[in-house]
Amino acid sequence: MKKTELNKTTEATPEKTNGMQRRSFVKLLGGGIFIFFQPWDIFNLNDLTLPQARTLTKDYNAFLQVAEDGTVRCYTGKIEMGQGPITSLPQMMADELNVPLEKIKMIMGDTDLCPYDAGTWGSQTTQTFGPAMRAAAAEARGVLVDLAAARLGVPATQLEVKDGIVIDTKNPKNKVSYAQLAKGKKLEKYLDAKPSVEEHTKFTYVGKPYKHADALVKVTGQAKYTGDIKLPGMVFARILRPPSHGAKLTTVDVSGAEQVQGTQVVRDGDFIAVLNENQDRANEAIVKIKAEYSFNELKVNDRNLFDRMVGADSRVNVIRSTGDIEAGLQQSDRIFESEFHDPYVAHASIETHTALAQLENDKMTVWAATQSPFGLQDAISRDLGFPMEKVRVITPFVGGGFGGKSAYQQGVEAARLAKMTKKPVMLVWTRDEEFYYDIFHPAGVYRIKSGIDKTGLIKLWDYNLYYGGSRGSDTIYDVPNSKTTSYGQNMDAVQIHPFGIGPWRAPNNNSNTFARESQIDIMASEAGIDPLEFRLKNLKDEKMIACWKAVADKFGYVPAKAPSGRGIGIACGTDAGTWVALIAEVKVDKSTGHIKVIRVACAQDMGLCVNPQGALIQMEGCIMMGLGYSLTEEIVFEGGNIKNRGFDNYEIPRFSWIPKMDCVILDRKDQPPKGGGEPVIIGIGAIIANAVYDATGARLYRMPMTPARVLEAMKKA
Amino acid sequence: MDEKIRFKLNGKATEITTDPNQTLLWVLRNQLGLTGTKYGCGTGFCGACTVLINREATRSCMLPVSDIAGKEVITIEGLARGGKLHPVQKAFVEHDALQCGYCTPGMIMTAAGMLIKNPALTRQEIVNGLEQNLCRCGAHTRIIDAVETAAKEMKGGK
Repeated sequence: MKKTELNKTTEATPEKTNGMQRRSFVKLLGGGIFIFFQPWDIFNLNDLTLPQARTLTKDYNAFLQVAEDGTVRCYTGKIEMGQGPITSLPQMMADELNVPLEKIKMIMGDTDLCPYDAGTWGSQTTQTFGPAMRAAAAEARGVLVDLAAARLGVPATQLEVKDGIVIDTKNPKNKVSYAQLAKGKKLEKYLDAKPSVEEHTKFTYVGKPYKHADALVKVTGQAKYTGDIKLPGMVFARILRPPSHGAKLTTVDVSGAEQVQGTQVVRDGDFIAVLNENQDRANEAIVKIKAEYSFNELKVNDRNLFDRMVGADSRVNVIRSTGDIEAGLQQSDRIFESEFHDPYVAHASIETHTALAQLENDKMTVWAATQSPFGLQDAISRDLGFPMEKVRVITPFVGGGFGGKSAYQQGVEAARLAKMTKKPVMLVWTRDEEFYYDIFHPAGVYRIKSGIDKTGLIKLWDYNLYYGGSRGSDTIYDVPNSKTTSYGQNMDAVQIHPFGIGPWRAPNNNSNTFARESQIDIMASEAGIDPLEFRLKNLKDEKMIACWKAVADKFGYVPAKAPSGRGIGIACGTDAGTWVALIAEVKVDKSTGHIKVIRVACAQDMGLCVNPQGALIQMEGCIMMGLGYSLTEEIVFEGGNIKNRGFDNYEIPRFSWIPKMDCVILDRKDQPPKGGGEPVIIGIGAIIANAVYDATGARLYRMPMTPARVLEAMKKA
Repeated sequence: MDEKIRFKLNGKATEITTDPNQTLLWVLRNQLGLTGTKYGCGTGFCGACTVLINREATRSCMLPVSDIAGKEVITIEGLARGGKLHPVQKAFVEHDALQCGYCTPGMIMTAAGMLIKNPALTRQEIVNGLEQNLCRCGAHTRIIDAVETAAKEMKGGK
């Protein structure tokens, strides 16, 4: 998320706000039993940086409702974008409440119905939200059993619950359903202690594979994404865009656009848009606007960027340090210095940023493809001057996010147009706009100085990252002397990133893992040790070692010193609390430099795996998406002008790229659940780079590993 | 400027009055309320807007609606018949061949078109036939599995 979008929090008045908000939710949603909750410890609302305007409840972040018909609803600001919480969260609740899975409904990402949530990212939904939700479900079950005990006239200890029915174990005819218990009730409970939850041995739903709960509506075209909603009188908008970031509008003539049948042109300063009830005519009109711009181009492009980063006057931050770098130099027998480069990468979801805004009476309702409905609500309130309660954001199905939809500019734009025109406005960003306004994965430089002793033990690890993020920059290996330093934007110095940057699936861990695991391979090869043996020699982390054993077994790994000519590459890392180890086999066409990934095996320890089917699909998705950043994806730019803005010149993975995939999830039912949507993607660049080295003896220091770069590296090898 | 255009849509005779230069994609989505056909790039590179025209998989995002006069159009909404899913739809559910689901209608329509031409497709032919359809979530391998299953069913069954 862009820093500018967040301001420091002001003191909320929790008692007052809570009471009011809880009552307003309860009023809105009819009767039943309500359990309010929030994820403890990790998700501490007091530590969150919140927008100024938001008065926030500090004691809950979501709630459950056992409705009068026995349906269980969970209201949460989290959203579904293909990563699967609509399937996995109900599994957790069903077990705690002892109700059939189909009785559970998820109400997600609606700012009027759901309490505040910062956003859906960072693989937090299962690992921090999930356990809290399970505890709330357990609490709800407790409340229902107590009610049943009173109703049935027997002690609670004598009762058991099956499929939403509370039964007297001594007299099975003496029973009452959740629906009967909730009927006519308005019971609110706030969960303030962490209750015990079901033992994993008692799980009925958790840990079993379930297919996507939303598959049927998605294969029949019935699933509603933002762009599929239509309101009476709705018009489609197109907005006049500058040709490059930083360009300023100097003259404009909109008369051509006004000639297009049914077109309304609106203007507020440099913000100019055309509106038409027909999307094609809006498209026709926008290109008829004649506009001229002045340019003040930054002298930066995709070729000189990396030198600029290293040479910049940066803000320096030592992230972590152990031992002493000087001592490390002394203890090392051989020193290795490398520099790795990584470009800007686009999110390229197939659904572009889309929003529909409607102003009714004085309330603005916006349907938006976003990972942050509450962030958008804040932005509309702040930028367009609406009181917070007069803005409602609703999140229908989202057609892919990957971090890119944590930005919500399109939602503010649609709302602005609805405010200006008093009409419902649909804004569907074009593919060109989607690339142009993307908050890219940040480019970065990664410099490593490392050393090993005579036996191949790592004694020195001096890791420096320039302008990328630090997630995944941990050393992981057992190194006595190590230091990780981040070089970032100094606000007083020259601006480094010429356009927006933001989180991209496992933000920056892909780059850090590429750099670290390449460097480890370089050292293993120079030491004449098999790369897996070298890693195991330097690892103490038992979870990582277990992942290595599992993946080596699955792959049928045979040790050899690289380059062996076989084209096998390995890597490991951690992300979102999950451990992962990977092995790839590639073929390199030595005449063209083209890399074909034949096979990828991976093993992950993600703690309790709630839905093994969903987790497996996420692992496969990570492998496929990872091939893109590794092999082809790179933003080409000159100053603020982004050159590739379409699928014709920005290539994402295709069907012919599919490698054989073997994914293993370690059985860790006794451990808390961790993230599963991102970890595997972190190692794809590294396993390919290491496999290319193993195949050819050529080392690649820059992603993506295009045929031209492979040929160049082979020449140097 | 507007013209009357007659064609068959999902099995039903249909007549619309519209600007003949509008694209089929937006006529379907906005005028006819069939929003299963998706906008992804507007330039024919992603395949999210694929429909069947005279039983052939075609991208609707750049096609003037006048081109479909007298023809038969089938969209994702018209693929299931009599409440029964098309074998490709059924196989997508069985194989969990989707994540966000946004490219899914285009994938299914492309596959359905391929299977009309040749129900005896090999795995490699399925890969080749879907090569120009883009999925960002990475459901690729399951999509191929699903189409292979559907091909087997269609070849064996009818």
